[in-house]
Amino acid sequence: MSDKTPIDIKSWIREQWGASKLPPGGVVPAPATSLEYKTGEWREFKPILDDEKCTGCTQCYFICPDDAIKMDDRFHPIFDYDFCKGCTLCVEICPVDAIKIVKEVK
Amino acid sequence: MSVTQELPPKRKINLKVAAKIPSGLTGGHRLCRGCGAGVIARQATIAAAMLDKPYVVVQATGCLEVATTIYPYTAWKVPWLHNAFENAGATASGAEAAYTAMVKKGRMKEKPNIIVFGGDGGTYDIGLQSLSGAIERGHDFLYICYDNGAYMNTGIQRSGGTPKGARTTTSPGGRVIPGKPQYKKDLAQIMWAHNIPVFTASMAYPQDLMQKVQRGLEFEGPAFMLTDSPCTLGWKIPDNYGYEVSKLAVETAVFPLYTAYKDEWELSAASRKIALQPHLKKPVEEWLKAQGWFKHLFVPKKKEDVIQSIQEWVDERWERLLSRANNV
Amino acid sequence: MAKVENQEVKGLTGDQAVAYALLNIDPDVVPAYPITPQTIIMEKFSEFWADGLVKTELVHVESEHSAMSAAVGASATGARVFTATASQGVALMYEILFIASGSRLPIVMAVANRALSAPINIHGELTDQLVTRDAGWVSFIGEDAQEAYDHTIIGFKIAEYPEVSLPFMYGLEGFIVTHALEPVYMLDKKTIYDFIGEFREPSNWVFAPGNPGAQGLLALPDYYMELKYQQEQGMKNARKVIPKVLDEFGEITGRYYHEVEPFHMEDAKYAFITAGASSGTAKAVVQRLRSKGEPVGMVKLRTIRPYPDEQLSELLKDLDGVMVVDRSVTFGSPASIQATDLASALLKHRKFPRVLSSAIVGLGGRDITEKDFEGLYEQLKKDVQEDVSRTHWWGVRI
Repeated sequence: MSDKTPIDIKSWIREQWGASKLPPGGVVPAPATSLEYKTGEWREFKPILDDEKCTGCTQCYFICPDDAIKMDDRFHPIFDYDFCKGCTLCVEICPVDAIKIVKEVK
Repeated sequence: MSVTQELPPKRKINLKVAAKIPSGLTGGHRLCRGCGAGVIARQATIAAAMLDKPYVVVQATGCLEVATTIYPYTAWKVPWLHNAFENAGATASGAEAAYTAMVKKGRMKEKPNIIVFGGDGGTYDIGLQSLSGAIERGHDFLYICYDNGAYMNTGIQRSGGTPKGARTTTSPGGRVIPGKPQYKKDLAQIMWAHNIPVFTASMAYPQDLMQKVQRGLEFEGPAFMLTDSPCTLGWKIPDNYGYEVSKLAVETAVFPLYTAYKDEWELSAASRKIALQPHLKKPVEEWLKAQGWFKHLFVPKKKEDVIQSIQEWVDERWERLLSRANNV
Repeated sequence: MAKVENQEVKGLTGDQAVAYALLNIDPDVVPAYPITPQTIIMEKFSEFWADGLVKTELVHVESEHSAMSAAVGASATGARVFTATASQGVALMYEILFIASGSRLPIVMAVANRALSAPINIHGELTDQLVTRDAGWVSFIGEDAQEAYDHTIIGFKIAEYPEVSLPFMYGLEGFIVTHALEPVYMLDKKTIYDFIGEFREPSNWVFAPGNPGAQGLLALPDYYMELKYQQEQGMKNARKVIPKVLDEFGEITGRYYHEVEPFHMEDAKYAFITAGASSGTAKAVVQRLRSKGEPVGMVKLRTIRPYPDEQLSELLKDLDGVMVVDRSVTFGSPASIQATDLASALLKHRKFPRVLSSAIVGLGGRDITEKDFEGLYEQLKKDVQEDVSRTHWWGVRI
């Protein structure tokens, strides 16, 4: 059966594997290799949580297109700035204005 | 698939439970900032993950497919398959038949749930035949169409799902022809006529969307979901406006939320509210004004006749829907 | 492996023969759409299916494009998949053929070779299969119902070799083979399963729960070429695998097949190259001409892809003239489709006959008779005498 050793995606990308190393058929036999591609660099506006205002309604979790919000034990958002593109949908949807925008300067 | 099969019961979606479920689509994909398709795919896969069976994803060519799988980067955490543009229905049929055969022959324990994603281009137009055939054969899958109203991935060309009057690159807001001349195809009704469960859903109402995804997956046989998928680039809206414009679509009855299966037509809460309190129904102009790709209908001169015809289209559909709905 | 002595023999048409092979293969999924002259394959197989003689999931798709699409979907899950089509059906599924090969899926497909529209014609011609030769499929053409039966089985073995992992198509000429009754020797299920395995053993990732991963990603210019190169490697490996598999098959059945089959080529000065059903007619004529002392032979081509360039150029190198008898058509080309491939092969190996002519003949199912071969032989001699390579539209009424 197939070789089940996990694919080393980091070296795949770094070395830019050729025909002899690439899995056949255009398959990427691993989940979520996109996590190597930090779309956080797209960001112009950074969401910052005002923890005291947050009521843990969870709406931001469901509105983020980039899976850049995870919930902590109180259902407050933890932003993954590696992937947050700064679309600010979370800011828009928050019913208590608990998420502030900060313009990022690079 | 039994002709007498009922819709599976509605499961109440507890947001706090769902908020701890990881989505099947994760970060690092290259969908535009604020893309509705990304939101819909996340909500749908969260809902699927809450069910007992594992799920796999078959996908048609389009924004969601291209942006989430640029070799060797894939943003999907579950098994995912893309074949071509017009054959998501057929591809899913083949995979589903394979699972059936392998279970029958004892090589697999049980069939997974299958979600098929396709855009409006790949569903209304080029993929319609393949989807219709898959439904006629009774394969077990839930097809979710993320309808952003045009061939967005190739640069905003008009599709059968483009609303009337919308400016696209192949139906520009010109001096003589102000945007797409034709009305949007009523795909949900076409799907309903196949005698399968049909759901319309919106990212602005995640509990409703997720509940419907679960019902569609639990239904034994094909089911269809149409979702309103805001496109920041194509609709010319701000990055963070997807939620607002989704709500407007429901509030103006441009995109009513309902479940339809044979004689059961049920308005979902947000649309039912408007049906019972008609003064809450907003004029379609508000929805049009909210999107830049309708700007030529207002500037330099307001095109009353076009706007009027769009309002008539909305109202006529809404009235027909109300007359069918069992819960108003 | 001992030769299977008692092979059941049945009077079958080519189409029926394929169905009977499938009966004992019992593939997991068969998605198919009807088109003349493939219809009988599926009709016969449907009888087996309806009677519960196979556990195959028969998917009655709504077009050939969906047939190949469903085949890709099914094969990606690791299932053993078969389909069949012809002519317009091949043309309709064209884009997916490339996807099947690019995705390295060992789908097996029978092509009931038929002419392409326009005008619409339902009869035997090889063009439909020949024009797919760039799609990356291993491609065989058969001469009769027995070969149609055998190729069905052989195809799965070749395709499923891990180092090949390419889809396999094989042709049987419309009506001439598909609908003509012949004695066909058949193999029992155990023999077939000993040869190809009871089920497919995928050597790569499969689209199934527990296998997170993706197939069908968008490859940008930085990776596309490497993935294509892998397909060519598969084709290269097929060159080694094919003779091995054919040999093994010969040991089991007593029917030894080869990629190229020379007949009366010893000290031949002239030769026909044929593919498909007309090979039988050619053999009869060559036999007769030889008995009259004519220095003529023939080579039957079984394998279209990977093209057996080395073997062919070796066989034809010292001849005065070669006539490719091509039941296919192309336009504006230097020669017939098969002659063009052959010319490249000969030039590559620098082994050529003095004259390479081709005949476009038997289009739209027009009969290729013994008289045609006799006439083509005279024509070839004339071409050699005049030292000119020509493409002849043989038998057309101007």
